[in-house]
Amino acid sequence: MPSSLSESRESQPRASAPHDRPVQLLDPSGRRVPHAPYDDYVADVSGDQLASLYEDLVIVRRLDVEATALQRQGELGLWPPLLGQEAAQVGSARVLRPDDFVFSSYRENAVAYCRGVKLTEMLNVWRGTALSGWNPYEVGMATPAIVIGTQALHAMGYAVGAKLDGEDSVAVAYFGDGATTQGDVNEAMVFAASFRAPVIFFCQNNQWAISEPVTLQAQRPIADRAPGFGIPSVRVDGNDVLAVMAVMRRAVEQAREGGGPTFIEAITYRMGPHTTSDDPSRYVDPLEREEWAGRDPLARVEAHLREAGGLDDALAASIARRADEAAAEFRAGCTEQVDPPPLTMFDHVYAEPHRGVDEQRRQFGEYLESFEEGVN
Amino acid sequence: MAEMTLAKALNASLRRSLAHDDRVLIMGEDIGTLGGVFRVTDGLKAEFGGDRVMDMPLAESGILGMAVGLAFKGFRPVVEIQFDGFIYPAFDQIVTQVAKLHYRTRGNVRMPITIRVPFGGGIGAVEHHSESPEAYFAHTAGLRVVTCSTPQDAHTLLQQAIWCDDPVLFFEPKRRYWTKGEVDEDALDRDDVLPMGSARVVVPGSDVTLVTYGPLVATAIDAAAAAAAGSGGGDADTVSIEVIDLRSLAPVDVDTVVASVAKTGRLVIAHEAQRTGGIGADLAAELTDRCFYHLEAAPQRVTGFDIPYPASRHEEHFLPDLDRILDAVDRTMGRRPALYAGAVL
Repeated sequence: MPSSLSESRESQPRASAPHDRPVQLLDPSGRRVPHAPYDDYVADVSGDQLASLYEDLVIVRRLDVEATALQRQGELGLWPPLLGQEAAQVGSARVLRPDDFVFSSYRENAVAYCRGVKLTEMLNVWRGTALSGWNPYEVGMATPAIVIGTQALHAMGYAVGAKLDGEDSVAVAYFGDGATTQGDVNEAMVFAASFRAPVIFFCQNNQWAISEPVTLQAQRPIADRAPGFGIPSVRVDGNDVLAVMAVMRRAVEQAREGGGPTFIEAITYRMGPHTTSDDPSRYVDPLEREEWAGRDPLARVEAHLREAGGLDDALAASIARRADEAAAEFRAGCTEQVDPPPLTMFDHVYAEPHRGVDEQRRQFGEYLESFEEGVN
Repeated sequence: MAEMTLAKALNASLRRSLAHDDRVLIMGEDIGTLGGVFRVTDGLKAEFGGDRVMDMPLAESGILGMAVGLAFKGFRPVVEIQFDGFIYPAFDQIVTQVAKLHYRTRGNVRMPITIRVPFGGGIGAVEHHSESPEAYFAHTAGLRVVTCSTPQDAHTLLQQAIWCDDPVLFFEPKRRYWTKGEVDEDALDRDDVLPMGSARVVVPGSDVTLVTYGPLVATAIDAAAAAAAGSGGGDADTVSIEVIDLRSLAPVDVDTVVASVAKTGRLVIAHEAQRTGGIGADLAAELTDRCFYHLEAAPQRVTGFDIPYPASRHEEHFLPDLDRILDAVDRTMGRRPALYAGAVL
């Protein structure tokens, strides 16, 4: 028997038995495996479409690697790599329509890419030139939430609004396994069920919340919680882009038809650090990481496409070239960003004039001017 | 013009706002079928339906987070927090999201959310039902903080708060809910209506400026009347107090207070909230800065003590009353010794 609280917590099993077999349509070797009823949801995803998804996966990984390099070179203050989570993000985001709305955390840069966010606009936050990069209304995606889990409520509220407006658009909340402990995520599920809101709770269970394994957050599969709120849930192999797309299509279809929310647990793995400031060697078992490396989300699609004749060396080379071009554009958009003029920090605190902020801006402007040549 | 209670004026104001703009939604606990525990939303659900006046599951953070999502979608949510002491679960959403989203998104996303909070003590309530948390929100950039003290202001200011494109904390003096007054329901259509951010000179005077807001405005008016009457010692015994109702706590209409203090040379600030880090501390610093050479005495604060809101049988001693206000007035007039006379060696 463990003698202390900490021992009892550390001796917990690393992985719980799944409540059912996670949906998988492409196994790690690239073999197509059936899983009713989800096969029907991607029956139309042909070789070309799968190749297009593969290109997305390659590009978002290339961009992610480039951003990590930019951080190491001092061009970015911080970067949260999504390495390993490409399929979960691309497979879900590619299901959405332009009039749907995404509320994400800071790691969903592949989702942002799929929503059409300009490459350079992904970097302002991490370079420190602005607190956000894009206009949410232009791409149907809120700027990332840094406070863990807060955005689940916003997605639920937006979805209720869409329903009030009589639209069939949906809202999606992206968050991680750590966030599922937050009150806001749980409250969002209570409210979503209460209002039968067209919202998808998309949890990327990447097994880690910085250094804390998912077993600190959950003693049972996270997806098991949702039915207690009255929300159907599904577990999916988050490294299988086809399976993710299938479960997302089903959830979105149900939401559009008035069926209310769905909770999706995409089981994946954070192959990199939490952020570039983190050192996973202090807590990750290298064998565990190696095991997950064998379930790589890109390798299985590539193997499947090559087997089916949907990808040859020439196409692979052209995809790699496009990824390099995107990375070059990404880099240029980063290094070309200049620091904002000081007084712009006073912009947009309020939508309407504010005597306090307006006065402080004026006074600080005069203060700065007093140091200019010719003054004093 | 019609005579109505402050609570009824708020109700009429909400009704007008709902009728004026179908993007306005009312959200809160028990605000629909029941009409709110103070009946401020009475009848609104019946009139506008459950899609406009929505009873919420019991989670304040959830309610505010939902309001954020609705604001993203272009709605104008008006949230009721049932009691002051219940706002803290929503503090995170208010401070990290509601206050900052417009700034974070560089003006692309607006948060025209009004958060109504019955506040203050004096009703003999149990714990968490008598607090004055306004300073937390006044300290938070991105929020506006407004209070009302009369039925007319309740009616006018709440509509102004709802039309404002910034988030507004709207603090309602719960012990004055049943105060009656004349209300011109078309006041907003008049040219002379003051903007939401303006303070109001309630009682003109020349010796001491007494600044307060919300529930203590009525107390301040009584204090001014008592001081004007004196204690029977003739004219030399009377004090002419100018009472200012701040109305807006963030931003504060400093100019109106400066104009008054420049005239009187004396400043007393009263609020129910605890003293440290309060609205009065900040105002005393601002006025000392701006009116230093006009001041005849150190600004005085009359506030709740720096203790948790006490049990109701203690509250008459905790809450600033007429005597404590006049005591501070007398100290600025040199009629009683300064609190800290001789403290500096």
